[in-house]
Amino acid sequence: MLRVQNLQVRYGAIAAVKGISLTIERGTIATLLGTNGAGKTTTLRTISGLIKAAGGTIHFGDRDITNKPCHEIVAMGIAQAPEGRMIFSNLTVKENLRMGAYLRKDRAEIQRDLDFAFSIFPRLKERMKQPGGTLSGGEQQMLAISRALMARPGLLMLDEPSLGIAPILVKTIFDKIVEINRELGMTILLVEQNAHLALQIAHYAYVIETGQMVIEGKASEIAKNEDVRKAYLGET
Amino acid sequence: MSELLQQIINGISLGSIYALIAIGYTMVYGVLRFINFAHGDVFMIGGFVGYYAAPHIMPLVGGSVILAGPIVLLLAMTVCSILGVTIEKLAYKPLRFRPKLTILITAIGISLFLEFGGQLLFGPDPKSFPTLIPSTTLIDSQNLILTTTPVIVIGTAIILIVLLRFIVQNTKMGTAMRAVSFNQQAASLMGININTVISFTFVLGSSLAAAGGILYGTLYPSINPLMGIFPGLKAFISAVLGGIGNIPGAALGGLIIGMTETFVTGYLSPTYRDAIAFGILILILLFKPSGILGRYEAEKV
Repeated sequence: MLRVQNLQVRYGAIAAVKGISLTIERGTIATLLGTNGAGKTTTLRTISGLIKAAGGTIHFGDRDITNKPCHEIVAMGIAQAPEGRMIFSNLTVKENLRMGAYLRKDRAEIQRDLDFAFSIFPRLKERMKQPGGTLSGGEQQMLAISRALMARPGLLMLDEPSLGIAPILVKTIFDKIVEINRELGMTILLVEQNAHLALQIAHYAYVIETGQMVIEGKASEIAKNEDVRKAYLGET
Repeated sequence: MSELLQQIINGISLGSIYALIAIGYTMVYGVLRFINFAHGDVFMIGGFVGYYAAPHIMPLVGGSVILAGPIVLLLAMTVCSILGVTIEKLAYKPLRFRPKLTILITAIGISLFLEFGGQLLFGPDPKSFPTLIPSTTLIDSQNLILTTTPVIVIGTAIILIVLLRFIVQNTKMGTAMRAVSFNQQAASLMGININTVISFTFVLGSSLAAAGGILYGTLYPSINPLMGIFPGLKAFISAVLGGIGNIPGAALGGLIIGMTETFVTGYLSPTYRDAIAFGILILILLFKPSGILGRYEAEKV
């Protein structure tokens, strides 16, 4: 479904991503792992069109989306819950969700997706009329994921959903990610520093370090590979 | 007592015009984080569209007062919307990722271009603004004289501001505007085309300024190509006073500045009329730079 080939991204003279390739199959959860500064977020932002690629190609389905404007990429079906959640603090929870469905006009279906979001994250329904800025970190993450889902995307990208969230909520959120994948057949690209958690729910995993792919394989196999975990995923 | 009432009516009339212009400053600041110093001149162009259009519109509608006023108003709003969007596309958009100072200086350049282009095109001498709505006296008691003019000015301003508030708070585009003003990248990730939202902001801001120009001409029936300078600055001060980026704040700031000016002119001396507005600006910048309704916002790094 998503095919990234030899992607290169530079910030001025610094190469942040040095030719990584990855493929995500429809209906699966793929995870992109690596330590801080490995280039995970940069990769995601480039797929979304927030940063320009310096080289390589990105295909979504059979379309070349490399360096297309961000709003066009969303229109083609790639939504993202970005790093740091980026909730619109000045908008209510409901307005945030409504913005997620900005490009859609099918009112009845939007309402259905809204109901689905409220069914998996009932807390959001309770806080529907509150400004997004008043939510806790965990609730904001739920909102960020739901907001991305409101676009009814073909590919959902989640950037570090466990970051800065109470441990008890992290478990809930990861359960919900699995639920979204199963219930909706949603294809998901999950970026995580918390490799242990991500490998539990993902089907396939990629590990990158300093902008380069070091290993890829089935999540279950990578999880078993102690050398990889020690070397690249910061586990001891 | 009656003189006070008279001053209050004058103050609200002037203040509602400042409010209309100030909203444009504050909205553009909200999405682009810069002060569009050409905004006061868009207000002036609004006045001139009214000046040139009214004599043609009047016979078309058979001299009907009810129709002529709104048609001239809508025409001025449309012309200025196009002008505002054009200025943004030609002058500001190419500089969007340059330092803010560049775009600020460009805005001043556009302002001068409109002012002196206006002198060239319309002639530098003041022109008397056509009477769109004949002034009839509503109340004529001992000292208080209330004519239809301030009632229409204030009423039109209120209608437009309420309409704007509805657009910003309740429509999809308005919500997108607020989203963009909070975080452009996150807004892009929703599929929002930032350029469309920016154009929309200029349409709203410029059309309110145009309406301000028509109302100003109705209230003080003499217009000239430099008439936008002072009302523009006063409206800018109003926007800062209310909290830049905050729409209700801009409306409130406009009313306060309009009232203060009227009272200073009436009870103190017309000499201090302009000084007081700038005095308020200095005080606000010294003691509460976020303005009355604005919130403190840390500079993003």
